[in-house]
Amino acid sequence: MPENNSNKGYFMKRKVTVSIIIIICFLLQTTVFQALSFASIGPNLLIVVVSAFGFMRGKKEGMFIGFFSGLLVDLFFGNILGFHALLYMYIGYGNGFFSSVFFPDDIKLPMLLISASDLFYNLCIYFFLFLFRKRFAFFYYFLHVMIPELVYTLLITILLYYIILKLNQWLEKSEKRSETKFV
Amino acid sequence: MKRIKRKPKVTVPPKYILLGMTVVCVGTIFLSLTLNLSGGPLSAVAGYVFVPMQRGINSVGTFLSEKADNLKNLNDVMQKNEELQAQVDELTQELNTIKLEQYDLENYRALLELDEKYPSYEKVAANVIGKDSGNWFNTFIIDKGSKDGIEKDMNVLAGSGLVGIVTEVAPNYAKVRSIIDDTSSVSGMDLSTSDNCIVHGSLQKMNENQEIEFSDLKDSDNQVQAGDQVVTSYISDKYLQGILIGYIKDIQTDSNNLTKSGTITPVVDFEHIQEVLVILDKKADVSAENAGEQQ
Repeated sequence: MPENNSNKGYFMKRKVTVSIIIIICFLLQTTVFQALSFASIGPNLLIVVVSAFGFMRGKKEGMFIGFFSGLLVDLFFGNILGFHALLYMYIGYGNGFFSSVFFPDDIKLPMLLISASDLFYNLCIYFFLFLFRKRFAFFYYFLHVMIPELVYTLLITILLYYIILKLNQWLEKSEKRSETKFV
Repeated sequence: MKRIKRKPKVTVPPKYILLGMTVVCVGTIFLSLTLNLSGGPLSAVAGYVFVPMQRGINSVGTFLSEKADNLKNLNDVMQKNEELQAQVDELTQELNTIKLEQYDLENYRALLELDEKYPSYEKVAANVIGKDSGNWFNTFIIDKGSKDGIEKDMNVLAGSGLVGIVTEVAPNYAKVRSIIDDTSSVSGMDLSTSDNCIVHGSLQKMNENQEIEFSDLKDSDNQVQAGDQVVTSYISDKYLQGILIGYIKDIQTDSNNLTKSGTITPVVDFEHIQEVLVILDKKADVSAENAGEQQ
């Protein structure tokens, strides 16, 4: 029984920490970074969080984190409830496939995955919400919306990724400690 | 949920969970497309959690940026002050003559028993507390909701110009779609010729030159010129009549030789909106009242 309780304890710890990260990133993204936008382009912090937890923790956790981040975006800014949730969920799940080749010291793979996720996200939005309304100037949107957002997001990633990485390592360490305590 | 936690050995493979949640998401997408359903109680709960925090961050941000701006602008302001002082003297003189004219005008109006040209609508001020998280759309949320009497389809102003329309309301926040949003379209009217047109937002035009587009302007007499004021028209069932949208910048004849299209410079500075005014009278109610009076 005590093992079960401790299990619950660190599950809770992880859930609370991840929720706080999502909330902080969402708040920053909608307030501070919209004010700090260059040429009305702001970074996408949530995609960094979803993608990072996807490849650090695997498909399942990436999926849930993606779902809840997307739901938050849907509730406040989406016209269609569930669209962003679906999109972020698939991004989290997709990044989970790379958890086996992920090493914390190497920043190349995270950067690559995060930029691919951001690009995928924006391509989907363009395809579903713009192309169907006869906005055919794909290259304009590619050069003036997607690429600037990608660059800005990658700049933020360098900082944000290390924060998430350290938090995750701290969580994993405390999980391991409570596991060994009861063995 | 609790069962899964207590027996961690029983795990569902992630792909089935993914499948299940996909079905849920697709379901809600269909529901919101067909029934126009929005978050409902979920939105309300999220509002109570996030709105206070967003409001806090925004008030800190506004305070800091104001302090920075104050220092930066002090020199400019002092210079401008002198210029403006000269202008004040000039304008006071003008004002005196205008006051006389106004007096005359009031007399004439009283004679003609004219009502006020524009009814004064009841308004409520609100702060912008968050902007769209992505870069594709121009929606934002304000810190007033249904508790403050805000309803869907109310018009939103900043200064004297039209900002947008309330698209969703929760108890303590409301979602506003601005007129520069790519999906927005407003029925507009050229003030000098009373010709109608459709004004729609464009991400591309907004990014390039801070402009919005208009189209379907029927101007057979070639009277419309660049610089004309465009206001909301009497046709629209959501936007109240006579709210300033902007000034015509370019105008060209369409290939069908019947209508004209072009661009409008909006009067509102959409990059820096912090405070907006929400008109508490809705077009539907106002026109219903007018119809009642006429009967």
